Amino acid sequence: MAKIHKRKKPLAVAPLKASQTMGAALAYLGFNRSMPLMHGSQGCTAFAKVFFVRHFREPIPLQTTAMDQVSSIMGADDNIVEALRAISDKQKPALIGLCSTGLAETQGCDMTGAIGQFRRKYPEFDKVAVVAANTPDFSGCFETGYALAMKAIFEALIPESSRAGLRHKQVNVICGAHLTPGDLEFICDSIESFGLRPLLLPDLSTSLDGHLPTEEFNPLTTGGLTLDELATACESRATLTIGTSMQAAAELLQQRTGVENHAFPHLHSLKQVDRWMMTLAELSGNEVPSRWRRHRSQLQDAMLDTHFMLGQLRVAIAADPDLLLALHDLVVSMGGEVVTAVAPAKGPALAELAMEEVQIGDLEDLENDAREARAELLIGNSHLAETSARLHKPLLRAGFPQYDYVGGFQRVWCGYRGIQQTLFDISNLKLSQHEEIEPYHSIYAQKQDHEPALKVASGG
Amino acid sequence: MKAKDIAELLDEPACEHNKKEKSGCAKPKPGASAGGCAFDGAQIALLPIADVAHIVHGPIACAGSSWDNRGTRSSGPTLYRIGMTTDLTEQDVIMGRGEKRLFHSIKQAIDGYNPSAIFVYNTCVPALIGDDVDAVCKAATERWGTPVVPVDGAGFYGTKNLGNRIAGEAMFKHVIGTREPDPVPEAGRREGIKVHDVNLVGEYNIAGEFWHVLPLLDELGIRVLCTLSGDARFREVQTMHRAEVTMMVCSKAMLNVARKMEDKYGVPWFEGSFYGITDTSQALRDFAKAINDPDLTERTEALIEREEKRIRAALEPWRERLEGKRVLLYTGGVKSWSVISALQDLGMKVVATGTKKSTEEDKARIRELMGDDTKMIEEGGAKELIQIVHDYKADILIAGGRNLYTALKARIPFLDINQEREFGYAGYQGMLELVRQLALTMESPIWQAVREPAPWGERSDSIEPLQLAEVKHG
Repeated sequence: MAKIHKRKKPLAVAPLKASQTMGAALAYLGFNRSMPLMHGSQGCTAFAKVFFVRHFREPIPLQTTAMDQVSSIMGADDNIVEALRAISDKQKPALIGLCSTGLAETQGCDMTGAIGQFRRKYPEFDKVAVVAANTPDFSGCFETGYALAMKAIFEALIPESSRAGLRHKQVNVICGAHLTPGDLEFICDSIESFGLRPLLLPDLSTSLDGHLPTEEFNPLTTGGLTLDELATACESRATLTIGTSMQAAAELLQQRTGVENHAFPHLHSLKQVDRWMMTLAELSGNEVPSRWRRHRSQLQDAMLDTHFMLGQLRVAIAADPDLLLALHDLVVSMGGEVVTAVAPAKGPALAELAMEEVQIGDLEDLENDAREARAELLIGNSHLAETSARLHKPLLRAGFPQYDYVGGFQRVWCGYRGIQQTLFDISNLKLSQHEEIEPYHSIYAQKQDHEPALKVASGG
Repeated sequence: MKAKDIAELLDEPACEHNKKEKSGCAKPKPGASAGGCAFDGAQIALLPIADVAHIVHGPIACAGSSWDNRGTRSSGPTLYRIGMTTDLTEQDVIMGRGEKRLFHSIKQAIDGYNPSAIFVYNTCVPALIGDDVDAVCKAATERWGTPVVPVDGAGFYGTKNLGNRIAGEAMFKHVIGTREPDPVPEAGRREGIKVHDVNLVGEYNIAGEFWHVLPLLDELGIRVLCTLSGDARFREVQTMHRAEVTMMVCSKAMLNVARKMEDKYGVPWFEGSFYGITDTSQALRDFAKAINDPDLTERTEALIEREEKRIRAALEPWRERLEGKRVLLYTGGVKSWSVISALQDLGMKVVATGTKKSTEEDKARIRELMGDDTKMIEEGGAKELIQIVHDYKADILIAGGRNLYTALKARIPFLDINQEREFGYAGYQGMLELVRQLALTMESPIWQAVREPAPWGERSDSIEPLQLAEVKHG
C-alpha cells in the first residue's frame, strides 16, 4: 500500500487537476436528452465547455445558472429556478443534471430547496427529471465529481425496490471516469457475447463516441442511457462496477435494489480481464466465446514480444486515482517499474497502489520527480507534451484532456485487444528512444577518420 | 472590486456601444447563456505577455481547465504557457488561508521561475470571501522587489468584455508609464529614416500572424514599443505611454487603455485591422497619417504598391477557385467588416454576417461594403445559424471555434476565425494562408461522402435537416 504524500507547496504549477464540477458534468452527459447545468458564474461553464469540446471534438451541451454580482452576494437560488425553467422550456430535456461550483458552495447554495421551489412553481415541467450533486472545485478532482454525480443519480432516480433478477439477462455496469467511449464499446461487446444485455451507467459509449447523427442539430445529448432504461436497473441480474471510485455509488445501488455487485478496479490488465470474462461466464452460464480465447492468446504472444521493451522500463504516471491504478497495474504486470506517480487528489484507488509512495500534486512535481528518478516514459494528459519535450522522454497520452491528439477519447485500453495495442504503443515509443552507446575514440587509434569523416557527413 | 469601479469601467465614453444596453454589462440569463466571464476576459487579454508568471488565485476550475489554451505565440520566453494557480482547498476557504497561500505562492513563482513580473488574477471564491489581493500584491512587491500586479476580475463581476477592460485598467494603473523606452538600438538606425514609436492594442499574435506584418513596420522605421498583448514583454508594456500613436486592432476590448493614454499622455489612437489587403494597406496609411512625416508617407505608399502587387499576383490562381463562393460570416471578437473586405478581395460573396458585437458605425460600413441585401444576424444560436446557411445557400460558414463541431454535425464546410485557431491570416502574406484553408475545406471530397445516404438506403443513415427527435420523458 502506497504512502500518500500530501501537496507540498502553496502554488500549483502546470496543474494536473480538472475540477469536480466538470467530472459531474461528464457523468450527466452519459444520459439521453440530458443537459448538465453548472451552478456558478457563466465562465465556469464556458471553460468546461471548451475543455470538453477540445477533448471530444464534439458539440457539448452545457448550461449555466449565470451567477452575477448581485446574486453572488444576495443569494442565487432563484437563478437555479430560472435556469431550470428556461432549459425545460427551450430544450425540453429528459434530465437536467445540476452540479455546484466553488462559487456557489462558498456562497452557500441550497440546490435541493431551489429544485423544490421549481417543482412548486412550474408543475408543467414535472416530467423533466432534475438531479443535483454538490461538487465544488475546491475539493476532490474530476474523478470524485463524476462519482458524486452518479451517486446523486441513483439517490434521486432509483427508488427502493425488490425486483432484482427479474430481467435475468440484464447486467448493470457502473462505469468509472477512467473509461473511454472506446473502452465502453468493448465492455458492451464482451457482455453481449455471453448472451447478456448490458446497461451502462452512465452510457458515454453512445453519447460521446463521436458519431454523425441523422439530425443536423440537437441542443441536448444524442445517445446515452434513457431514463426509462435507467429505471430497469433495479431488475437486473447483477451489477459490475469498474473503478474503485465508483464503489460508494455501487453500494447505494445495491442497497436500494438488492442487485448483487461485483467490483473491478479496472480492465487494463490480463488478470482483471480474465476475472471479467469468468464473471460473465458464471452469470450467463455460457462458456467464454472462442474469439476472446483467441484474443487472449494473441495478447500473451504480444506480452512475450514486448517484454524486452517494457521490462525494467522506468515509467512516470500522472492521472486521477482510478486511471493511475489501472496504468500502474498494466506497467507492473509487464515487468516495468512505475518510478513516480502523481495524482491530483486523493481517491480510494491510491490505497490499492502497490508502490512505495504516491504524490498528490501537479505536473511540475511529476516533471521534477521523473527527472530525478530517470523515468524513460511518461503517461498522462496532453499538458505533459511540454514536459516530454523538456525531458526528451516520450509521452503516452491518457486521461483528460487530450486536445493535441485526435482520437484519444476513443482509444480502447480495456480488454485483451486494448492491452495488446497499449503494449505495442509503449514498445514503439521506447524503440524510438533507443540509446546507442556513445563512440569512444582511442587515444592510440590509427584510424585518422575523425575530421574528414565529419566533413563528408555534413556535405562539405 | 467595488461596484463603483465596475460601473466606471462599464462606462466607456470612447465606445459607440456606450449608450446602449449592451455596453459590456448585459446581464447574463440563467439557463440561456454562453460565453466567458470577467476572469476569462482578463486572463485572455494579458496571458500573451510572455515573460510574466500568471498566477490564478482561486480553486482549480478557473485555471485547471483553461491553462495553455490559446493560439498566441511568443518569439522568446514561454513562461506564459505554464499554468499557475493557488488551487484553493476547502480548508483555505473555510479558515481564510487564501491570502497566506497566495503570498507564499508568489514567492514560489519568483524562486522557481524568476519572472519579470507576476500578475495575480482574482477569481470568484476569494472575491467572495474577501481576500485582499491588492494588499498581498503590494506586500509581495515590497518584500521581494519583483513587480506583482493585481488583476481583480472575478467571474461574477460580469462578462468577458468587462474582463478585457479590467485587464486594460490594471495595465494602465500599475504598469504603463513605469519605465522610459530604450534608445533605438544601433542595428535599427538607418540613414535618412526617422524612427517613430507606436503601440498596438488588441493584437494577440494568434498563430504568430503578426509576424506577417511586423517586418513591414520595421522596414518603414516604425518601432512597435509594445503590442498589448501579443508576444509582449513586461518591460515593453511599461513604455507604452511614449508612443506617438496607438492602433486599436480589430477589437474594442481594451479601448479604455487607448482612451486613457490619450487623456493622460496625449497619445492619439485610431482603429484598424490587418485582415485583408485593403485593410492592411489602410492601417499602414493611417499610421503614416497620424505620425505626419512626409517621408514616411512616401515610403509607405511605395511599400503598399509593391506588396499589393506581389500578393495579388500570388493570389491570382486561387481567385478562380474561390470567386463567387457564398460565405456566411459569424465572427466573435474580430470585426465583421474587416474580414468581409478580406473575402471580397478574393472575389467571394458574403451573404450574411453576424453583427451582435458590431457598432452602428460598423453596420453602416458593412452596408457600404456589401449592399443592403446582405442579412445581418443579431442573435444567433447554433440552430439559427445552420438554418441561415441553408436559406442563403452559403458554401461555407466562417465563425468562432465554438460553432465548429456544430457546423460539422450539420455537414457544413467551416473555417475557424477565433483565437484558438492554428493558422495566421493577418497581413498581406496571411491572405495566402486564408485562401489555402478556404479551398481546403470547400473543395474537400468528404462533403459528398457524408451527405449521401448509405447504399442500402436506410433512412437512419441519410440526413434529415433540422428535425429534433420527438420529446420523450423518462
